[in-house]
Amino acid sequence: MEPVRQVEGRAYPWGAENIDTDIIIPAHWLKTISREGLGKGAFETVRAKPGNVFDDPAYAGSPILIAGDNFGCGSSREHAAWALADMGIRAVIAPSFSDIFSGNAFKNGIVTVALPQEVIDRLMEVAKTDPIRIDLESMTVTTPFQDRFTFPLDPFRRQCLMEGLDEIGLTLAQDTAISKFEGRDQNMRPWMIPEHAGERRNESIAVEGTGRT
Amino acid sequence: MAPRMTEQPRTLYEKIWADHVVERRDDGTCLIYIDRHLVHEVTSPQAFEGLRANGRPVRRPELTLAVPDHNLPTTARVDASGARLPIEDPQSAGQLAALERNTAEFGIDYIDAVAPEQGIVHVVGPEQGFTLPGMTLVCGDSHTAAHGALGALAFGIGTSEVEHVLATQTLLLAPSKTMEVRVDGSLGFGVSAKDVVLAIIGKIGAGGGTGHVIEYTGEVIRNLSVEGRLTVSNMSIEGGARAGLIAPDAVTYAYLKGRPMAPSGSAWDHAVAYWKTLPSDAGAQYDRVVRLDATDIAPQLTWGNSPEDVVPITGHVPDPDSFDDPAKREAAARSLDYMGLTAGMRMQDIAIEHVFIGSCTNSRIEDLRAAAEVVQGRKVADRIRQALIVPGSGLVKRQAEAEGLDRIFIEAGFEWREPGCSMCLAMNPDKVPSGERCASTSNRNFVGRQGPGARTHLLSPAMAAAAAVTGRLSDVRELVGRNE
Ligand code: SF4
Repeated sequence: MEPVRQVEGRAYPWGAENIDTDIIIPAHWLKTISREGLGKGAFETVRAKPGNVFDDPAYAGSPILIAGDNFGCGSSREHAAWALADMGIRAVIAPSFSDIFSGNAFKNGIVTVALPQEVIDRLMEVAKTDPIRIDLESMTVTTPFQDRFTFPLDPFRRQCLMEGLDEIGLTLAQDTAISKFEGRDQNMRPWMIPEHAGERRNESIAVEGTGRT
Repeated sequence: MAPRMTEQPRTLYEKIWADHVVERRDDGTCLIYIDRHLVHEVTSPQAFEGLRANGRPVRRPELTLAVPDHNLPTTARVDASGARLPIEDPQSAGQLAALERNTAEFGIDYIDAVAPEQGIVHVVGPEQGFTLPGMTLVCGDSHTAAHGALGALAFGIGTSEVEHVLATQTLLLAPSKTMEVRVDGSLGFGVSAKDVVLAIIGKIGAGGGTGHVIEYTGEVIRNLSVEGRLTVSNMSIEGGARAGLIAPDAVTYAYLKGRPMAPSGSAWDHAVAYWKTLPSDAGAQYDRVVRLDATDIAPQLTWGNSPEDVVPITGHVPDPDSFDDPAKREAAARSLDYMGLTAGMRMQDIAIEHVFIGSCTNSRIEDLRAAAEVVQGRKVADRIRQALIVPGSGLVKRQAEAEGLDRIFIEAGFEWREPGCSMCLAMNPDKVPSGERCASTSNRNFVGRQGPGARTHLLSPAMAAAAAVTGRLSDVRELVGRNE
């Protein structure tokens, strides 16, 4: 994962509340096989309405989204985070987030910044004309007008984001512990490996099977 | 296993957890070893893409098994000459082809769409003996809880976690609370495992198990077959619990013995010796205990859009005003509107247009036998537009055909399909049209789950069969004679 120390730039001053993952990315986009390209489907129903904030040229390509309370509720689809990342969003600022969404966002390098509603209101004002800066080192959101708001961030998540550590990379760094467990386990549960495991590998498909079924 | 040093009585969950801790962190979260990983086409493509992008291999491909199910149409998969028929929806075809390619590239065992063992991932795992007691098992699907019926700690995970397990064979997890759901007594005539689990969810609520792993205990659970236990554990997630567990016993061992991927010979004996140490110790403490008496359980079904919206078939559609909680009152009113029902209606007066017998909750051989017993010698009612029987796997299908069940269904007017998730979710061509009503043996009655605007009533296979032959929701006990 790319390290994230700051996110700086224009922000979509949206402010809508209770945005569920179905609004972020509608269900029919779940048949994709890629994390990429979901930006096209992001906020599809919102963007169907003329004059929406996402199609306003003033905010095109903004790395920050400002939303209302309870952002990312509903289904646990990780596609919501992928869609935001694909449209270039690196941080979401809102009064609160669903747990599953913030977990998924974090795993995909998106910072979720929780700040009280009155701060959100102020940032919405600023965002209409000026950029916003989120700094993970100091855990602050600042504006060109001397505003300075601190926000909470789980220390583990902060470290992962700032150092660009992905969870898989971190676990792989524990390889010795995992190998030790496996060695011990092999003695205790030698019957653990499935019988006939490996007999259904079909290497030939890789060469000529593309598009079958 | 080494003799246990702890004196403290422990639950089944605590024993499995303890035996899988790779590393414990200061905040109590643990790196947990994952013994078994089931993979299907919908939640895996981006995980494999992530591995590829980072040049990471699958750590233990032999512990992973892949099978397509969600997107596969349940109509014929090969033509008369044995050639594969194409899948019309290009996106479904793309997801299925990606699974085939990814499993080949990463050396993972793959059950092909036309293999006789193909089926719904949660039917295939136990059936192949891939699921075993005392194991940790994950799958990118929330109904993974089903496998807990065999005494495995099994739960659904997201795509990033799928990738994490593929790469490391572990997951970072916080321990759950424990909840005992004890069902005493014995089941009345016409009452099945599905009725038991619907009654449990009706009692604890759709969020009642949140943060907990449920262990199902009591005489009723002990007397269920493994098939019935799978039905119960499958719906743990509908009660908010990430996982359900049933202690392994002689019934479990008899079910598993001789299954293709289960241990054999002396390995089997070693495994059984270990499994026998797993059941919760006498005096083990659960964080919460819930008790039900089976004599109170009549055939159950749902009226609304949450699996907790349960009533007995002898009951009525509730009045939203009868709920104390304003949020529940509002949800009930919304459900009645969506479901096209009026408060106070008798459940048995509700006419239906569709019947779906299938899904990972109720598509095993016992489910089909129970449905066939009701259907035998009867016809699907005229008003029914579509009545589907979708076996959970190719092996279930063959077994049913060997017993002549397929002929009973086909002669009555049912469609006899190929295995897959089918009408459980609106992802493949099997859907309930908007505004139409379905008696369904699946596990979710959410708005739009079986298709946009579709109205779902969850019930048991015997009750679904009864609805099919009468054209309305019906009490199966009035249709079939008592044997005793
Ligand atoms: S049958 Fe339904 S619940 Fe079961 S795995 Fe398939 S889609 Fe999920």
